[in-house]
Amino acid sequence: MNINATLLGQAIWFALFIWLTMKYVWPPLQKAMQDRQKEIADGLAAGEKGRQELAEAAEKVNQELQNTKEQAMEIISQAEKRSGELVEEAKNHAKVEGERIVSAAKAEIEQEVNRAKEQLRTQVASLAIAGAEQILQKEIDANSHADMLKRLESELG
Amino acid sequence: MATAGSQTSGEYISHHLQNLHVGEGFWSLHLDTLIVSGLLGLIAFGGMMLLARKASSGIPSGAQNCVEMIVSVVNDQVKDTFHAKSDLVTPLAITIFVWVFLMNAMDLIPVDFLPLAASSAGVEYLKVVPTTDPNLTFGMSIAVFFIMIAMNLKFKGVRGLLKEALTVPFGKYLFPVNLLFRIIEDLAKPISLALRLFGNMYAGEMVFILLAVWMGASYWWVPAGAILSLGWALFHILIITLQAFVFMMLTVVYMSMASENH
Repeated sequence: MNINATLLGQAIWFALFIWLTMKYVWPPLQKAMQDRQKEIADGLAAGEKGRQELAEAAEKVNQELQNTKEQAMEIISQAEKRSGELVEEAKNHAKVEGERIVSAAKAEIEQEVNRAKEQLRTQVASLAIAGAEQILQKEIDANSHADMLKRLESELG
Repeated sequence: MATAGSQTSGEYISHHLQNLHVGEGFWSLHLDTLIVSGLLGLIAFGGMMLLARKASSGIPSGAQNCVEMIVSVVNDQVKDTFHAKSDLVTPLAITIFVWVFLMNAMDLIPVDFLPLAASSAGVEYLKVVPTTDPNLTFGMSIAVFFIMIAMNLKFKGVRGLLKEALTVPFGKYLFPVNLLFRIIEDLAKPISLALRLFGNMYAGEMVFILLAVWMGASYWWVPAGAILSLGWALFHILIITLQAFVFMMLTVVYMSMASENH
C-alpha cells in the first residue's frame, strides 16, 4: 500500500465529477422527473375528475328523468281532473241553460196566454159593447160608461 | 497462460499488482488509476450530462429511462436518510454510486485482457481496477471527510460543532473524553470507507489473479478454473454493486449525521 500524490489526483477527479453532477446532471434530470410526476398526477386527477363529472351527469340525468316523469304524471292527472271538471261544468251549464230556456219559454207562453186573454177580454168587452149597442140601438158613450166597462173587463179576466 | 513465458507465479502476481507510475516517493502518480478512473468518469458523467440536457418530461427514451432509474433510486435513499435541505448530497451520492460501480465493474473484464493489450502496445504495467488502488479510495473518502466537516459547519456553525464535540456523549464534565471519542469517530469514517472498498475489490481481484495462475499451471486446470472464474465473476456482480451502494449509503449517513443535532 503506497500512498502518494495519486490520492490528490483522485480527489480532484472526484471533485470534478461531483461538480459536473451537481451542475449539469442532477438539476435537469430532477426537473424532468418532477415535471413528469406532476403531469402524471395532473392527468390522473383530470381523469378522476372526468369520471366524477360523468357520474354526476348520469345522476343528474336520472334525476331529471325522474322529475320529468313526475311532472308528466302530474300534468296527466291534472288534465284528467280538468277534463272531468270541464265535463261537469258543461253538464251544469247545459242544465242551467236548459232550465233557463224552459223557464223563458214558460214565461213567454204565460205572456202569450196573458196577451191572448187581454185581447180576448178587450174583444169580449167590445163585443159586449157592440152587442149592447145593438140591443139598445143607441150608442153607448164609452166615456160615460167607462166604470161599467172596466168592471166588466175585470169580471171577464 | 501468462506463466507460459519466463514468468514465475510470484512474478505474475506481483506484476498484476504493480501500478503504472511516474515519479518517485510521495510525488509519484499512478497513471493507470488516474486514467482509467478519469476516463470512466468522463464517459459516464459526460454521457449523463448530454442526456440530462435533452431530458424532457415526456415519455423517456431508453437511455434516459435507465439513468433516471438509477438517479431516482439514489435520490430515494438520500431522501430516506438525509432530512436537511442540501443541493449537494444527492449529486454527491449519485456521483459516488455511478463512479464506484463503473470502476468496480472493470473487475469483470478478465484479468489479462487489458494488461496484455497494454503490454503489446508497450505499456509495461497496468492495474485495471482503479478501486484496488488505496490512493483512489482514500482520495474519495478524504474528500467525503472534508465535505462532512463543511456540512457540520454549515448546519451547526463553529460553536455548535464545538459544543457537540465537547459534550456528546458524556456531558460537559468529561469533555476531554468526549473530544477524543469524537476525533476517533470522525477519523474512523474516512478510513473505514476507504479500506472497506479497497479491501473488497483488492481481495476480489486477487481471487481472479490466483485462478488465472492456477489455470496457467496446466491446461488440465483450465475448464475448472474457467468455471470458477465465471462463478466468482457472477458473485462479483453482487459485490461491486453492493460496495458502490455501501460507499454511497455511508456517505449519505455521514452527511445526515453532520446535518442533524444529536
